[in-house]
Amino acid sequence: MKYMMVLLPRLQIIAISGSIFFIFLLVYLIRKQRIKEEYSLLWLFFGFIFLLFSIWRDGLDYLAGLVGIAYPPAALFMLFILAFFFILIEFSVIISRLSDRNKNLTQEVAIQKAELKELKKKIKHLLRAEERSKKEKEQKSVE
Amino acid sequence: MEVKEGGVSEQSCKTLVIIPAYNEEANLGELLSDLKQKNGYFDILVVNDGSEDGTGEIAEAAGITKVINLPYNLGIGASVQTGFKFASENNYEFALQFDGDGQHKPEEIRKLLEIVRSNEADVAIGSRFTKKHDGFKSDSFRRTGIRIFEWVSYLLIRQKITDHTSGFRAFNRRSIEFLKDNYPVDFPEPEVVILLGRNGFRMKEVFTQMLERKGGVSSISLSRGPYYMIKVLLSMVMAAMRSKKMD
Repeated sequence: MKYMMVLLPRLQIIAISGSIFFIFLLVYLIRKQRIKEEYSLLWLFFGFIFLLFSIWRDGLDYLAGLVGIAYPPAALFMLFILAFFFILIEFSVIISRLSDRNKNLTQEVAIQKAELKELKKKIKHLLRAEERSKKEKEQKSVE
Repeated sequence: MEVKEGGVSEQSCKTLVIIPAYNEEANLGELLSDLKQKNGYFDILVVNDGSEDGTGEIAEAAGITKVINLPYNLGIGASVQTGFKFASENNYEFALQFDGDGQHKPEEIRKLLEIVRSNEADVAIGSRFTKKHDGFKSDSFRRTGIRIFEWVSYLLIRQKITDHTSGFRAFNRRSIEFLKDNYPVDFPEPEVVILLGRNGFRMKEVFTQMLERKGGVSSISLSRGPYYMIKVLLSMVMAAMRSKKMD
């Protein structure tokens, strides 16, 4: 019992300061535009949940009791794991969308490059033909 | 755009032969000159999928061929899709997919095109298996895989397609327009069959001979076989679940 009393507050202090540091780091990165708002929402959401349950011990106890965890701080770890799950899935969604867009752009560029090449070739031919007819006219006028 | 009833003459509608090629310099030159000799009623487009060898140069050197060079390797699906996008933008009435490895016979192009031209089907698939015992050697692993595809796809689209991995196919305008936006990326051929079947496209198989590879290596090695099977089966089922038409 004595052991618990000593350990828990220390863990709580670490959890609270960790959550606050995490939220500040996120806000800093968003402010510097290193993370876009739309991709930071999940992070921020879980940051505040960590903070909430680090401060509100009764809430954590209640949550732990709800899912049958004997040692309440372990519920905090469960939240961590859940958060990572969601965020990683969101990443997979974002990566899939990006790679699809990337593919479409690549195809678009390649097609346009090929068409541009063909156009250049045609223009070259036309210019050459024009020059030839000009020279012929000049020759005629000289004669 | 609808295909006219009763078919159209060869000259009156544009046809594009799409050849996806990745590191095929060993086969491509011969194939292109072969195609050039055969006839002039279709245009040829080589989609060079970021090859590290001279594939692009060989294609350009062939003269009459249109060449699209993808800046890096996108995979067979995205290469073929590039061809469909090009065909759609340039108002081609028909497109034909033809592998760049010399496994298909140029003489048989006409056979496939006939089917879509006469409006007998929206898509024609050249199959190795509609006739029995016709030369093409395949190991038992591949044969089992092909059987599984046949069975799963029958469950999903209620249509018997024997050769899901065939890369020899002809398409009409309606299917070109559909596939330019919906072509799958990784190992696309079996998935395309499901997509087309589920979205109400008529498919028809014809027997085409398949030659042994003259050079290069198959995109599916034996060690990657199981990965290939699982990936393809997953995407077949997903394609079926995603499609509009449910029965």
